[in-house]
Amino acid sequence: MFREVDASRLDEAPACHIEVDGHKVAVREGEPLAAALLKAAVIPMRHSVVSGEPRAPYCMMGVCFECLVEVDGVPNVQACMTSVREGMTVRRQHGARQIGGQA
Amino acid sequence: MREYDVAIVGAGPAGMSAASQAAALGLSVVLMDEQPRAGGQIYRNVGAASRGRLDWLGPDYAHGRGLVEQLASAPGVTHLTSATVWDVSSALEVSYLQGGSAAQCRAKHLIVATGAMERPSPLPGWTLPGVMNAGAAQIMMKVGGAVPEGRIVLVGGGPLLYLVAVQLLDAGAQVAALLETSPKHNRRPAMRHLMGALRAPGYLIKGMRLLARIRRAGVAHHFADAEVAIEGGDTAEAVVFNAGGKANRIAVDTVLLHHGVIPNVQLTRMLRLEHDWDARQLAWRPRCDAYGVSSHEAISVTGDGAGIGGARAAECSGAIAALGAACRLGVIDASALQAKAAPLLAEHQAQLRIRPFLDTLYQPPDWLLTPTDDTIVCRCEEVTAGQIRDMARLGCTGPNQTKFFSRSGMGPCQGRMCGVTVAQLIAQTRGVSVEDAGYYRIRPPLKPIPLAALASMDETPPAG
Repeated sequence: MFREVDASRLDEAPACHIEVDGHKVAVREGEPLAAALLKAAVIPMRHSVVSGEPRAPYCMMGVCFECLVEVDGVPNVQACMTSVREGMTVRRQHGARQIGGQA
Repeated sequence: MREYDVAIVGAGPAGMSAASQAAALGLSVVLMDEQPRAGGQIYRNVGAASRGRLDWLGPDYAHGRGLVEQLASAPGVTHLTSATVWDVSSALEVSYLQGGSAAQCRAKHLIVATGAMERPSPLPGWTLPGVMNAGAAQIMMKVGGAVPEGRIVLVGGGPLLYLVAVQLLDAGAQVAALLETSPKHNRRPAMRHLMGALRAPGYLIKGMRLLARIRRAGVAHHFADAEVAIEGGDTAEAVVFNAGGKANRIAVDTVLLHHGVIPNVQLTRMLRLEHDWDARQLAWRPRCDAYGVSSHEAISVTGDGAGIGGARAAECSGAIAALGAACRLGVIDASALQAKAAPLLAEHQAQLRIRPFLDTLYQPPDWLLTPTDDTIVCRCEEVTAGQIRDMARLGCTGPNQTKFFSRSGMGPCQGRMCGVTVAQLIAQTRGVSVEDAGYYRIRPPLKPIPLAALASMDETPPAG
């Protein structure tokens, strides 16, 4: 959905890998998780809790809460406010979370 | 609990400038911000941006570098990065979450510099993947070095819409159309403010250059007659609208929405500060004096969080608020305050001269402020404008009642995305002012925090 612009406009952050729903994805170290997922076309990023509609990040600045994902087992994490690091495990959320952590 | 003279929430232009000014006067300062680096949204990531990225995003973005460098060299500023403030007590004890654990500090004076957010754009289809704020796409450029693939249509009004269009074009992105939604009847009243706008430094000429660049690129430029809708299934597929009496349908991959920015009042509301409805900016703003002091004498609000003025105005007002705080804390006397603040106040006024023109010209259309019945206004709980109107007809007087009956404003965003719309819908339906309709009663935690973090609360903040 998003593509990186030519290299002269990049900041050359080193590449690292995260796992999204069991698939290995190459990202740039330290970038916001939501940005990395948009570049990897992880769309929709979740399904809404009321009607199960597909959703994706809307604001990228921490106010809309559309980018909620599970990160390393912790549900409802704002992907736009989370910096990626090597080995991070991400799961998309389909509908509401249950107390106790079961999807 | 660690105590500081001044605690500042938000490290955008206002917060950075307040921190640097307060530190220069010898005050101990803690600056808390949710991001890993200083800059706020306008200067997001600017301290780490390469030469190539600064050239791409332009001089107004690169300007933020000076503020970041000034902050980094300011003595006595503790900058807590990636720190989310989730509560502030009446004794100015600030609770925050950092690195997964909760901590607290105390301040003698609080400066709120939480800035602006883009006005939510509730129109049919705005919840579809592939639809995002224009500012969100700009953040993708600033932090991700990326632009949308495929056909892009920008929808809305205001300077940021033009700037984002040009930044996309400069990166080789495919801007299919620019669809302006600002009503044509805004133009005549806006012209009354043209003289003021001409006396504001540089804004009009910048806007004209951006528009000329968009025109040269051959981007289709439309002016919507009425409601714009986005159609799609799993993602956005088309933008549908009438322009000049003709029906249009443009195929898209990405729709970028922008209807100006509004103060992010979540913290100032939680603090129970007095707010007024700004009828020209169509947004709430905390009531402040010239030095940013709110209805609570130990709390100042500065920058766009106190009313939209733009980054340069925010930079001035941050320093002004710090001077005001220093005077209240007895570090400088009233005459020193006046002497130091005078040039900043003058510059602040100069920067604000553009606002009446911009605010009037780009006032969003009624169909966006009070959307049609089927349009979702609360994205979290999927409550429509029609449901809000029904509840208002049944006797709900304000957003706290409609929240109670429908969960509108009760989802994870805590009303940030629907609050301004719900208040206007209730006011419209009841035939009262937006002030009479009121706003959500915001309570801590300001953002959802894990119970484990709360349980592990440490009163001594981590070093640095």
